[in-house]
Amino acid sequence: MSASVLTRTTSWFAIALSALLLSCAFLVQFTGLGDFPWMRLLFGPSALNFTLRAAVPLILGAMSGILCERSGIVNIGIEGMMLAGAFAAFVAKTGTNQWPLAHSLLFSTGVTLLAGAAMGFLHAALAIRFRMDQIISGTAIILLAQGITAYFFDRDAVAEGKFGPAALPGLADLPVVGPLLFAKPPLTYAALALTFLLAFALARTRWGLRTRAVGEHPRAADTMGVNVLRLRYLNVTLGGAVAGLGGGFLVLEAVGQFQEGMTAGRGFIALAAVIFGNWHPFGALGAALLFGYAQAIQNELLLAQISTLPRQFISMLPYLVTLAAVSGLVGRVRPPAAAGQPYATEENVA
Amino acid sequence: MHPYARRWHQSLFLASLALISALALGAALMLWLGHNPAEAYRGLLQGSLGSAKGWAATARKMTPFILTGLSVAVAFKAGLFNIGAAGQFLMGAICAVWVGVNFEGAPAAWHLSGALLAGLGGGLVWGAIPGLLKASTGAHEVITTIMLNYVAALFTGWTVYAGSTQRNVAPGPLWDPAAQAISESRNVLASAHLPWLFGPPYRVHYGIVLAFAAALGMWWLMEKTTVGFEIKTVGQKPGAARYAGMRVGWTTALAMGLAGSLAGLAGAVETLGLNHKFAPAFGGGVGFDGITIALLGQTHPLGIIVASFLFGALDAGASRMQFESGVSADIIQIIQAIVLICVAAPRLFAWLWRPGPSVRWTGA
Repeated sequence: MSASVLTRTTSWFAIALSALLLSCAFLVQFTGLGDFPWMRLLFGPSALNFTLRAAVPLILGAMSGILCERSGIVNIGIEGMMLAGAFAAFVAKTGTNQWPLAHSLLFSTGVTLLAGAAMGFLHAALAIRFRMDQIISGTAIILLAQGITAYFFDRDAVAEGKFGPAALPGLADLPVVGPLLFAKPPLTYAALALTFLLAFALARTRWGLRTRAVGEHPRAADTMGVNVLRLRYLNVTLGGAVAGLGGGFLVLEAVGQFQEGMTAGRGFIALAAVIFGNWHPFGALGAALLFGYAQAIQNELLLAQISTLPRQFISMLPYLVTLAAVSGLVGRVRPPAAAGQPYATEENVA
Repeated sequence: MHPYARRWHQSLFLASLALISALALGAALMLWLGHNPAEAYRGLLQGSLGSAKGWAATARKMTPFILTGLSVAVAFKAGLFNIGAAGQFLMGAICAVWVGVNFEGAPAAWHLSGALLAGLGGGLVWGAIPGLLKASTGAHEVITTIMLNYVAALFTGWTVYAGSTQRNVAPGPLWDPAAQAISESRNVLASAHLPWLFGPPYRVHYGIVLAFAAALGMWWLMEKTTVGFEIKTVGQKPGAARYAGMRVGWTTALAMGLAGSLAGLAGAVETLGLNHKFAPAFGGGVGFDGITIALLGQTHPLGIIVASFLFGALDAGASRMQFESGVSADIIQIIQAIVLICVAAPRLFAWLWRPGPSVRWTGA
């Protein structure tokens, strides 16, 4: 495996997709193309803003999956970690409603990260310390999160306020990209920054090299003096925190409230994005954007009411696009070689 | 077979011990939350196994568990992760309903078996698509089955969609005009109803018999036939399977098709036996239940039956428990998670019950 930040074809797919969308957005804004309603529908600011908004929880979920799986622990439980994060954010937010809004939101973000990290740590402990089948422990994480959030959810509680957009001075005034990328609420920035950070860290830092080694050939890494189990604990706990933030985004930035089962399968779509993106941050980003974009188009078509086609067929669009893309564009992907296999040392042999 | 066990009775013993651990942990949780666990468990037992009606409720709940559990398990055997049982279930249900509401005047035996076969076929197709895509393009089944779940939910939703006169959208082909603005299908004709097993008051249909038969069939297929051997070989060592001349792609598609038909059959028996019509969002979390059951039963047909019985009883007794003791029925899901963890992590309960450092139930 080469250590470039941009390996693997799917990363180029992400860049090509973003470039295509942005250049079309420029054309629509500044040329006669904007006079065509179809072009405005496909590449107008409304569709592109929706794309990013729909993609953020998927991006965070996918980064969680990458953090875990690149170090060799399969994470099927992203959905549960997200749900736990969303619920924790809601509980923290409703508990601190009387605080100043910024304090309350920051505190809730912290709680979200902690709750996600706790779920991640549980997954790590089950998979590493007790060498449980990782798919089973991921499934148990989801069940547990669903049960806990349903049991403790107070249906009368109301969270007041959510993160609003924070324009970056200078950058936000750029045409087209400014309002699209640099006038967003904070968790959106966090998700995008995290993608770049993770891509860089995996490729260029000591931690990244060790993570990849542990995910591909733990025995070799162990021989070279890497503490395999500790690194896996660290990555899976961090992965839990990141997935928790994805759920927190839904409550603190997108919706503002919690509903039972509000993650609605986003954790599984994030899992699909990890695989689609070939376990690479940029690849997963591309998959999340593609999915978000297909959802945005579906949304625009429904709003425009330009078709007498039943809405169900329009709503199928994101899923059909993903199906086509995964069967045609991506082809065979390769998971980290040691993903899913427990690693035994003297420490965790019960 | 349980990791620590060498014989089936040891496996059973360990599973019981895991269950007891889980129930003890659940009791500790209830105590901590300020409830009386004895009352809660009494209510749970009364609601599930305390009366004939309780047993009937347990049997009714466990039917789809067995079939979707088998569906996920057969894919696991081939090294595939079938997250698509939910979609296959819906496609099976809608195909069965389509046959069930049409063909008026057909003899009951033909009509019912036709509807069941249609359900089986709908699931088969929906399961085979990801299998064929994987075999031909390498598309990962986790992605494709998740996407097909959504497509199936939307498609089946459309077939019973009430339409919109305002926007000039036609109603779906199975929509019941008598339901007016509500989106649901016409009723399945009586000739396609799956009969009740112990008479109408118990509401247990023949689906449970079909589910047991399917479990037996799966055991026979996996243990006694070449096809089963190929599926297991492809699942464990695809390279060796290819070297031995097995058609890996074809076996992959076959296993997914089988998985799909089992989930489709689940959808068919639930509609033909119990609901007698189709409404959107039918089945709920049935696909995820299948994953849980398959894992809990360690992908063995007998294990799946035991796991389905256990989770079916927990679900069946939940409302009675809430009524008797005031503990919210939502706690059942937490207990189910603990059961799954205890059964699947023998090292965890070895650690919980450790009398000394060397706990090993390997027996003599």
